[in-house]
Amino acid sequence: MTDADIITFIRHEARLLDEQRFDEWLDLFTDDGRYWMPLDPAQTDWKLQQSLYSEDVFLLRLRSARLKSAKTYSQKPKSRCHHLLQTPEIDRRDGGISTWTAFHYLETRLDEQTLYAGWSRHSLVEMDGKLRILLKRIDLVNPDSAFGGIQLFM
Amino acid sequence: MIDAAQISALVRDGEVHRDVYTSAAVFDHEMTHLFAATWVFVGHASQIPAVGDFTTTTIGVAPVVMVRHTDQTIHVLHNRCPHKGTRVANDPCGNTGRFFRCPYHAWSFRTDGSVAAIPLPTGYAQTPFKQSEAAGGMRPVGAVHVYRDFVFAQLNTDGISFADYFGPSLSSIDNMVDRSPDGKLEVAGGVLRYMHRCNWKMLVENLTDTCHPMVAHESSAGTAIAMGQALPGKHPAVEIYAPFMSPYAFYEGMGIRVWPNGHGHTGVHGSIHSDYSAVPGYFDQMVGAYGEDRAKAILDESRHNTVYFPNMTMKGPIQSLRIFKPIAADRTLVESWTFRLVGAPNQLLERTIMYSRLINAPTSPVGHDDQEMYERAQDSLQSDSNPWVNMQRLLDPDETDGTAEVNGTSERQMRNQFRAWQRFMTEAS
Repeated sequence: MTDADIITFIRHEARLLDEQRFDEWLDLFTDDGRYWMPLDPAQTDWKLQQSLYSEDVFLLRLRSARLKSAKTYSQKPKSRCHHLLQTPEIDRRDGGISTWTAFHYLETRLDEQTLYAGWSRHSLVEMDGKLRILLKRIDLVNPDSAFGGIQLFM
Repeated sequence: MIDAAQISALVRDGEVHRDVYTSAAVFDHEMTHLFAATWVFVGHASQIPAVGDFTTTTIGVAPVVMVRHTDQTIHVLHNRCPHKGTRVANDPCGNTGRFFRCPYHAWSFRTDGSVAAIPLPTGYAQTPFKQSEAAGGMRPVGAVHVYRDFVFAQLNTDGISFADYFGPSLSSIDNMVDRSPDGKLEVAGGVLRYMHRCNWKMLVENLTDTCHPMVAHESSAGTAIAMGQALPGKHPAVEIYAPFMSPYAFYEGMGIRVWPNGHGHTGVHGSIHSDYSAVPGYFDQMVGAYGEDRAKAILDESRHNTVYFPNMTMKGPIQSLRIFKPIAADRTLVESWTFRLVGAPNQLLERTIMYSRLINAPTSPVGHDDQEMYERAQDSLQSDSNPWVNMQRLLDPDETDGTAEVNGTSERQMRNQFRAWQRFMTEAS
């Protein structure tokens, strides 16, 4: 696995989200993978401290199924999103892979569009020759701000 | 400006005029009358344990600071320098020591709001400064009452007393506090802040609306049930989501209890919170603290949402509360707070944090379901086809604003809120 392979993987993940190919995106996670957006940049715990997201793979699959459901009125009409990533930095290679990626994320619905910015940190593992996500931690630049609905994935 | 007769005409039995949600003049009148005359929740004593600790918040749109004074009492002050109006305490929370100091001209105030020092005081020596408004310092609000560590404030002086205002509704706070084996709560876990493009009252009304969960939340709770069936075990999130899909008969049986002054709650006879898995060790701690009969009585009470009119609601069985902060006629900030039951297992804190994240966060599917309905209503109330919003369900022609228990699918609590709303909005201040 080269550094270029890892960077390609992070870019591909964002593309799957922008194209709303959620089933393929979910397959990138390990069975015990987690998608986490803390409320505090210094946070180390998702059980006794609140988070904006703290999703295991079941909850991610539930969200994905809901977004497609005929009775999901908050997606009539649907939201769209756009990721703009800086080139990921590879922080660690030995005993697991850690990356750090600055991003801008835009979510739109009807006539509104909202810009979010932050840094995502991926903890990756190589399984059967492929990279999988153990943890995607997203730290917004302003997690303590009041937000309207955030319906898709950063 | 809008006068009392015009306000009064907006509310009739089982219907309210759309202006209560859309009119800027009505909103302004709410700030000067409703939010000034009622008792509004401002914070919890556990947030400010030490002298000088403070939190900042709003009563209506008025900025206030809650602070622990040097004599250990809790004071609530208007968060405005009496000099030029600058907000004095600017952080959500902190410690100011024995004094607040305005960052603009260094006027300083004791934590009861009185003026401690003004630079170059000789400049005021030959003036009637002592008779000025500014000499009053950071003005305290009209009244403060701390009930079992819950801090409420009233902007007006000489308004309705705390005891008369809340009366029997305080039983919901009692039950939440009693769920701690030590009889003590602490604010814990962090606060979720969720902005809505709708009027604050729509959100409060939804808290006792039991005819929407199985419809509006089918997308989230229904999907959770369907997917949960494929799992080998019970996922804790499915346990939280599933009861939202309970049939109408379940909500009818839950019951609604209303109290005077706009307070009330769903879940007189059990609720969607009744069947959560037991947390190991907790019941034994409760029996040790209260004895078996009393412990059972405390835990068997499973109130769903209690509305503390005008803008705070709580859930005793999962020790959480929400504050609906009005910002404009069409803009509301919802804060979701969670509590630690002192002396109880951490799993109870973990569960309430998970509940709020799944249901009340800006990222919550259930939150999205509700938000969509409020915002569609806020927009479509602009239609002139029908200026009235209906809340007639199970209307009893003889109903008053006294204490009553009714069918759980009644819109009685919404009507109860509007009766109180009409009264506080039209009383002379």
